[in-house]
Amino acid sequence: MEPMISDTAAAERLLAELPPAAAVWCSGLRKRYRRRTAVDDVSLTVGRGEVVGLLGPNGAGKTTVIKILLGLVRPDAGEALVLGHPARDPRARARVGYLPELFRYQPWLTASEVLALHVRLAGVAVPAQERRECLAAVGLADRARDRVGGFSKGMQQRLGLAVALVARPELVVLDEPTSALDPIGRADVRDLLLSLKARKVAVLLNSHLIGEVERVCDRVVILDRGQVAASGTLAELLGKRELRLRLGEVSAEAEARLAAVGRFTRSGDSFTVALPAAEDSASVPDLVADLVGLGVRVHAVEPARISLEDRLLDILRADDGGDRS
Amino acid sequence: MTARIVFTIAALTLQEAARRRVLRALAVLTVALLTLSAWGFSRLVEVEFDGSALTSGEARLVASQLLNLVMFGLSLIAALGTAFLAGPTLAGEIESGTALAILARPIRRQAVLLGKWLGLVAFGSGFVAMAGLAQFLIVWATTDYWPPQPVTGLALLAAQTAVLLTLGLLLSTAISPMASGIVAVGLFGATWIAGVVGGVGQALGNEGVAQVGTVSRMLLPTDGLWRGAMHAFQDPITLARFDGPALRGGFPFLSSASLTTAYLAWTGLWVVLVLGLAMASFRRRDL
Repeated sequence: MEPMISDTAAAERLLAELPPAAAVWCSGLRKRYRRRTAVDDVSLTVGRGEVVGLLGPNGAGKTTVIKILLGLVRPDAGEALVLGHPARDPRARARVGYLPELFRYQPWLTASEVLALHVRLAGVAVPAQERRECLAAVGLADRARDRVGGFSKGMQQRLGLAVALVARPELVVLDEPTSALDPIGRADVRDLLLSLKARKVAVLLNSHLIGEVERVCDRVVILDRGQVAASGTLAELLGKRELRLRLGEVSAEAEARLAAVGRFTRSGDSFTVALPAAEDSASVPDLVADLVGLGVRVHAVEPARISLEDRLLDILRADDGGDRS
Repeated sequence: MTARIVFTIAALTLQEAARRRVLRALAVLTVALLTLSAWGFSRLVEVEFDGSALTSGEARLVASQLLNLVMFGLSLIAALGTAFLAGPTLAGEIESGTALAILARPIRRQAVLLGKWLGLVAFGSGFVAMAGLAQFLIVWATTDYWPPQPVTGLALLAAQTAVLLTLGLLLSTAISPMASGIVAVGLFGATWIAGVVGGVGQALGNEGVAQVGTVSRMLLPTDGLWRGAMHAFQDPITLARFDGPALRGGFPFLSSASLTTAYLAWTGLWVVLVLGLAMASFRRRDL
């Protein structure tokens, strides 16, 4: 018996020492609607406190993946855990806030009644003051007593954000949170996302606005036709970086020095050098110093980053090409 | 935990019923019907047939029938109202997206459905009790007639409403909001007609035709409950004196027998079964 007990104790210790379960973990998710495959073998993880962007063209299966994670859609295959519980289990959603793509709230309730309702359903005690602050955070402080039925689309989306944030979530799932918002509203959402990030709240963000994703996300998952086309940190995905230079009096030796950094192209006095993915911070200044040493006149040095948008289009087009061949 | 969710949703459903136009429409219809019946009953006392006023027995019989007729109108309003509340409250919320935000909370769908059912039953019963009581008072004030079993009758009418809205909820887990309301009310009407047909069969001694009513009353208990309610509203002593084919089922606004315990038990079971079916269907539904 003795070793059994110590085994159990050891196992318990081991469990206790394990880091908390990921905010989202899913593996091999599949979903077919009649003859159309919406999600085909999707696996992804959102760590605690991590902000992950879900990107992809219309109909790529982003919303279906989100709905599977929230137990709104039953997957045909695959496993999903949300905050350590199976997605089908209501407990998984105890600390989850969700803004649906198709957002609509009881038109016969006032904004503050909608929040009170969601707090009650979430089983969390949130004082009225905190609920008011939540409405204020999305810019609805002065509309708290108005019926939702009279709200514009943009205001309803703001209310949806407040609903997603009100019950002190550990994971927030936002499906196109800025689709109905004006530019100021979009900036507000960006600030909200950054404040969530600062408070270590995990976020799964589905958005068409790549700039938005690029600015706030730690990691990006790109879906295409129900499959994960690419995923990684922004640095990994945008790993390809370039250096644009405008140089005069370039000798053969100087060209050799440029080639030592990476493949380069030249048109007139403009040079574009591909920087290695794992580039150390000294390589650019070293290159410039060496070029000057070789008698090259350096007019301009400009690091050029490949934008997420270019990269996304690259990946999606590559997928397309692969299919056609 | 789950009880809290059920009661929260029930309260929300009542709030919805109270704040939506359905309630105002119901109120207008009810007041119109009550006013009309008040006028009708007050005329009944003064009216003369074949040159002589009605005897008190005749007046009571006619009042019984008229009361049943008006109560049928009320039950129709209740049925229409709740069926058209039950459909949109579930199917409409799924269609509009309201359900997405609610069901992404840590709650079971069954609890949401049960809460909605409870809220609608409370609403329907409240309406039947209020409108029915008002009608009784009108009849009492105009013709001095008070039904023998008012509470039983109203309870049966409330049960009829509950049966219909349970059917409406089941339909709304599968089809569109408007269609579920229309189908529920259509089935309600069909069962009533089948009941009348069955009554005619009974009066003519035709077993086969009489079966139509019996079978339809089992499939959808609304008509059976309605007949039980009518029986509770009419004056048994007066009716016994006017025995005839009408009492054996031939007349749709008179009922000869009270409901059996077995039938009431079947109705209870029917509601539980249909509600269970609605829960199973809603649980599996992709939103």
